[in-house]
Amino acid sequence: MAITTTSAAFWKGFRDGAPFMLVSGPFGLLFGVLASEAGLDVLTAFSFSMAVFAGAAQFTALQLMQEQAPTVVILISALAVNLRIAMYSASLTPYLGEAPLWKRAFAAYFTVDQSYALSIVQFETGEPLTLNQRLAYFFGTNGVVAPMWMSATVIGALLGNQVPESWGLDFVLPLAFLAMIGPMMRTPAHVIACFAAIAVSLPASMLPYNLGLIVAGLAGMMAGAQAELHLPPSGRKEPSPIPAPAQETQA
Amino acid sequence: MSDIDPITLWTVIIGLAVGSFALRFAFIGIMGGRAMPEWLMRHLRYTAVAVIPALVAPLVVWPTPTGGEPSLIHLAVGCATLAAGCFTRNVFAAMGTGAILLIGYLGLFG
Repeated sequence: MAITTTSAAFWKGFRDGAPFMLVSGPFGLLFGVLASEAGLDVLTAFSFSMAVFAGAAQFTALQLMQEQAPTVVILISALAVNLRIAMYSASLTPYLGEAPLWKRAFAAYFTVDQSYALSIVQFETGEPLTLNQRLAYFFGTNGVVAPMWMSATVIGALLGNQVPESWGLDFVLPLAFLAMIGPMMRTPAHVIACFAAIAVSLPASMLPYNLGLIVAGLAGMMAGAQAELHLPPSGRKEPSPIPAPAQETQA
Repeated sequence: MSDIDPITLWTVIIGLAVGSFALRFAFIGIMGGRAMPEWLMRHLRYTAVAVIPALVAPLVVWPTPTGGEPSLIHLAVGCATLAAGCFTRNVFAAMGTGAILLIGYLGLFG
């Protein structure tokens, strides 16, 4: 179906984004439950999800606050987990960068995994859209995901108050992180980054102020970057006999 | 579980809100279309896949529920969850595997 109006573009984004409630719903629920176990009340948990709106960073901060890590380390670590959204922002700029500043500010707030992934596919491979249609599509993809994330946090926080202490949810957050790692292993370089970070994190956990996390994170990033330089590219759909254009132009 | 000091909590929430927005706004709002240096992008590609394992590995080796004593149950459940994520490429399949194994092991041996 051709997208002819701004509102058609919004609803196309809305429909494309709707299935992702199956992701943002359970994650928001889990965040709410664990936040309430950590002693956050419902309003605080909701404010957290509303203000930050970035799942992995919220889980990271929650874990480190419970370990009584210094505030600076918590902020650096949680923002590091979130650095990928800066790359999303860079990648969307050619498509949305000409919008007025206030619309770009809203678009920035709504830049999350789902809205980015859907929008970039639509903009790069779909029919040509006007700037307003692109913005409408982008906001549409968040029509379900964003409200779902916030309301699921509230429901989770309410449920969390009912969960008895004896259930021992202490190990659920580590399991959630472990479950997130597997799908990130897209190339051998990602695997190397992951295992280098693990190898360094164990001895480095003896460092004070949770600095081990930052040391191990940097070690993993450097290992991944080096691996990318030295390993033959893999995971491409088909090995092309024609030399690819310079990698640098992609940014 | 120790309570979180409210000043730390709100500093973290506000700091993360401002920081996350800055990350999101950095390019679309300020940088325009200018490209970042390739060496920096190359490192940034691996931040999440390095920081999250670095955060979780000590929690699996020295788990909180045992008071930091290494535990075969938690190690086994952790490895199985990671493996399930790698094979299925699905966060929830992995989380379900981990949850079922944890409940099962704790029921049998806990």
